[in-house]
Amino acid sequence: MSSLSRDDVAKLAGLARIEMTEAELVELSSQFGMILDAVARVQEMDLSGVKATSHPQPLENIARPDVVLPSLSPEDALSGAPAQEESRFRVPQILGEAE
Amino acid sequence: MIQQTAAQMADALAKGEITSVELTQAHLDRIAAVDGQVKAFLHVDTEGALAQAKDVDARRKSGEKLSPIAGVPLALKDVLAQKGIPTTAGSKILQGWRPPYDSTVVSKLKDAGVVIMGKTNMDEFAMGSSTENSGYGPTFNPWDLTRTPGGSSGGSSAAVSSFEAPLAVGSDTGGSIRQPAALTGIVGVRPTYGAVSRFGLIAYSSSLDQAGPFGRTVLDTALLHEVMAGHDAKDATSINAPVPAVVAAAKSGDVKGMKIGVIKQLQGEGYQKGVQARFDESLQVLAGLGAEIVEVDCPSFEYALAAYYLIAPSECSSNLARFDAMRYGLRTGDVDGASAEAVMSATRDAGFGREVKRRIILGTYALSSGYYDAYYGSAQKIRTLIIQDYAKAFTQADVLVSPTAPTTAYKIGEKVDDPMAMYLGDVATIPVNLAGICGMSLPAGLADEDNLPVGFQIMAPAMQDQRLYQAGAALEAALLSKWGAPILSKAPALGGK
Repeated sequence: MSSLSRDDVAKLAGLARIEMTEAELVELSSQFGMILDAVARVQEMDLSGVKATSHPQPLENIARPDVVLPSLSPEDALSGAPAQEESRFRVPQILGEAE
Repeated sequence: MIQQTAAQMADALAKGEITSVELTQAHLDRIAAVDGQVKAFLHVDTEGALAQAKDVDARRKSGEKLSPIAGVPLALKDVLAQKGIPTTAGSKILQGWRPPYDSTVVSKLKDAGVVIMGKTNMDEFAMGSSTENSGYGPTFNPWDLTRTPGGSSGGSSAAVSSFEAPLAVGSDTGGSIRQPAALTGIVGVRPTYGAVSRFGLIAYSSSLDQAGPFGRTVLDTALLHEVMAGHDAKDATSINAPVPAVVAAAKSGDVKGMKIGVIKQLQGEGYQKGVQARFDESLQVLAGLGAEIVEVDCPSFEYALAAYYLIAPSECSSNLARFDAMRYGLRTGDVDGASAEAVMSATRDAGFGREVKRRIILGTYALSSGYYDAYYGSAQKIRTLIIQDYAKAFTQADVLVSPTAPTTAYKIGEKVDDPMAMYLGDVATIPVNLAGICGMSLPAGLADEDNLPVGFQIMAPAMQDQRLYQAGAALEAALLSKWGAPILSKAPALGGK
């Protein structure tokens, strides 16, 4: 039986930038064993020599002709901004005080 | 008027027997009367819909050549961006967001003169099979208001089955069009991956997501399919090829000599008795119409569910990183001195629901170093085997079939605390998504034990979507003459009718 501890979940939540409550961490860790057991079935088959598929289509890079096309105006681009200042997105502090 | 098929409505519009304004108003009245019970819509754009209807009426009057479904109203899943109209993907993190642009699907609908009445409810970011994961409360199945209409496109399936809209758009990442169609007794198609542009479709799992049509008949669904599909330079995965002739196929509906493959792994144990009975009965009907029924073996399908629940969460953990509280959507905890990271984490906790968090965490785990090869890497290899199984099966049959979902509609709340039980409902629909091919669900009748709709799934190779419609139309016509009336005539009347 697989399992993930409360601390494992807390670490993953940190990586995913989701601040979780204690109750959420405990709930998720209690559910994860079952989910991991189910998805771990992918390891039951002999997959040696099988190539991985990341996408159903053979993808290739597509470049469009290098011509100017209409795009969003600054007003439209900022229309959903939680905060703005001088026609720019205003965001919380990114670097620490010392920097 | 609202009981008619979209094709009949389009015909009446073309002949000038009704106007789009009248038709749209009749549907808006129906929404006002019953959506308090069904809760299919998150937003109804009454003014905008009537303005679109008025515009298409004027275009028709001036003699402009219009699309076959111009003037017919439609319900749009809230996962597609529509300029100036609230678009949430069922998530609190996007509450109040009004996109500054149209998705390509919306542009195509507008060009075709289809009247978009509003945005339908869905599981948050399309993660779920019952609409119970919506940040705005569940949608209720018109067949039984204590049950789910399926999901994630449950608002769209409920809108069409309750006659609030003759047509609707959904999206299908693991069965989110076909399963709700099955649970509400309507037709739903997941087109071939790349057939419908994903530009402006809020991403859940980019290698699996595909928007598609809902209707009450195979022909109605084809009419919408033809309008939505087509190459789009704004989507790098859009297939540059003509749209398969789905409307012509829906009109022909002939299965004589067609080879129909029953997938051994997608029936029997785990499938509700009444679901299996209606499926077997439909097979007999198809055989009676001259189709040849064969059994095909797809051994890797046993592992499709496991592969899906690694691939989709992995892609979602990456896709949903864009909800970072910086450029649009919710922002909380932005107090003096709070770091961007703290604001981001607080916002994502407040804005995402339980299932979305569960999948992001699972995806983060599956992609983390030390586990990547064992989980995500293995899942990608299973995906290859599923594609190979399909390729082999399609050398033995023109289309493949199975029940769409293992059960009929279940009670709201029944599986919400048991994620694995919920995930199992996708067992028959997921292989199509992993392989990037196309699939349809159409009504096969009611299960004896609960009198609820059962879906019959048809699958075809990539860009052979017309085969779905050809087989589907034949089965639909034969079942209709057997029943004597459309399946939805057996659904209970909703209050306020």
